[in-house]
Amino acid sequence: MPTRERTIRAEGIVLRHSDWGEADRLLVIFTRELGKVRAIAKGVRKPRSRKAGHLEPFTRVNLMLAKGRDLYIITQAVAVDAYLPLREDLLLFGYASYIVELLDRFTLDGDENPSIYSLVVTTIKRLSEREDRFLVVHYYEIRLLDLIGYRPELNNCVICGRKIQPENQFFSNELGGVICPACNREDVRDRPVSLDALRFLRHYQRSAYREARRASISASVREEIEAIMQSYLTYLLERSLNSPSFLRRMLREDDSK
Amino acid sequence: MNILPEPIQNLIDGFSRLPGIGPKTASRLTFYLLKAQGNLTEELADALRNLKSGTGVCKICFNITEAGRDVCEICGNESRDASLLCVVEDPLDVLAFERTGGFDGRYHVLQGVLSPIEGIGPEDLKIRELIERVKAGGVTEIIIATNPSIEGDATAMYLYKRLNPFGIRITRIARGIPMGGDLEYTDQSTLLRALAGRQKME
Repeated sequence: MPTRERTIRAEGIVLRHSDWGEADRLLVIFTRELGKVRAIAKGVRKPRSRKAGHLEPFTRVNLMLAKGRDLYIITQAVAVDAYLPLREDLLLFGYASYIVELLDRFTLDGDENPSIYSLVVTTIKRLSEREDRFLVVHYYEIRLLDLIGYRPELNNCVICGRKIQPENQFFSNELGGVICPACNREDVRDRPVSLDALRFLRHYQRSAYREARRASISASVREEIEAIMQSYLTYLLERSLNSPSFLRRMLREDDSK
Repeated sequence: MNILPEPIQNLIDGFSRLPGIGPKTASRLTFYLLKAQGNLTEELADALRNLKSGTGVCKICFNITEAGRDVCEICGNESRDASLLCVVEDPLDVLAFERTGGFDGRYHVLQGVLSPIEGIGPEDLKIRELIERVKAGGVTEIIIATNPSIEGDATAMYLYKRLNPFGIRITRIARGIPMGGDLEYTDQSTLLRALAGRQKME
């Protein structure tokens, strides 16, 4: 059958879904071909739907999309990978939600960007293969910031421009990078950052994942990186994210056992 | 300037706020009611007025019930098995189970599912109340009947984690190929579980 002009073939990863109309769902899908799209999946809340199981969040899916008036309509869907481990582990489910929430919040409908697409797909895949969650998540954050144009400056002081020396520094959300001790503005919003944490962040910024994986990080540096990234991301989004509080709760309950 | 008289415009605006109803449908409904015979509008107005004031939430299972009652029909029915507890997402799921006529235990309505992205955590659901119910004793089996979606599964896992220490039997409703379904179109997750949950023919 010849493809009609109005049907588009696309591959994407399902970010979110919400109920729509009688038995439909509105999906937010990040596609390789069209960027982030909103699409209606008709009848997927009925048990006999042929598409329903292929369109759950985090699923990588091959789609046929028809252009509606303002939303796409999904005419066919076949899962490429459902990443089942993410559905069988609460923490992984939480981390996958976080990855998807970041992407959703940082992107607008329509902006196609194949690099972001492949970053998200590999990140979700790494997570479902139970790679070190800390590395997977923070490597993703740093890479995502690169691709959307918020790459933090970690090599030169954002005030004087001089190369950062091997010593403890400050990080400014507002200026998007590191401030050297000589330029320290004594601003309470600037957060001190240790040389070790800075080294890892730079390492993530310039190295391939395979190399980044080799480095081992102490618990205190992990905490520091976590705090810096959370504060920078929240600053950029101007609103706090929802999934970190869920994750914190799950981690806390796991510890208390 | 409004072309339409205010009462008409008000009703149109009111209808437009309902899900799935746009301005055109809203106007059509409004003009239908304007011309409707008999006391349709009166009855509708009464029904709307009583919707909120005439209903309440059951103190035990959190299902919707008539106002002024502490417990719903099911929780108040002594002949229903109190040791068997079916946990569902919302009141419509209770209705679905009741329609089958095949369940004579009691329910617990969570009023939602966990969703990290939407910011819905355990404290936003009736989970603490469920644990209290189990702690109070008398329950021997919990059937977790949240939807077989990713959020429903996550909620089930969470409930299992919290309820397991009480040493009661915890089950999850089965999943597989629906009546009239088609293997060819079934997703891998459902197919895997259908295989794992196969039953001996007798």
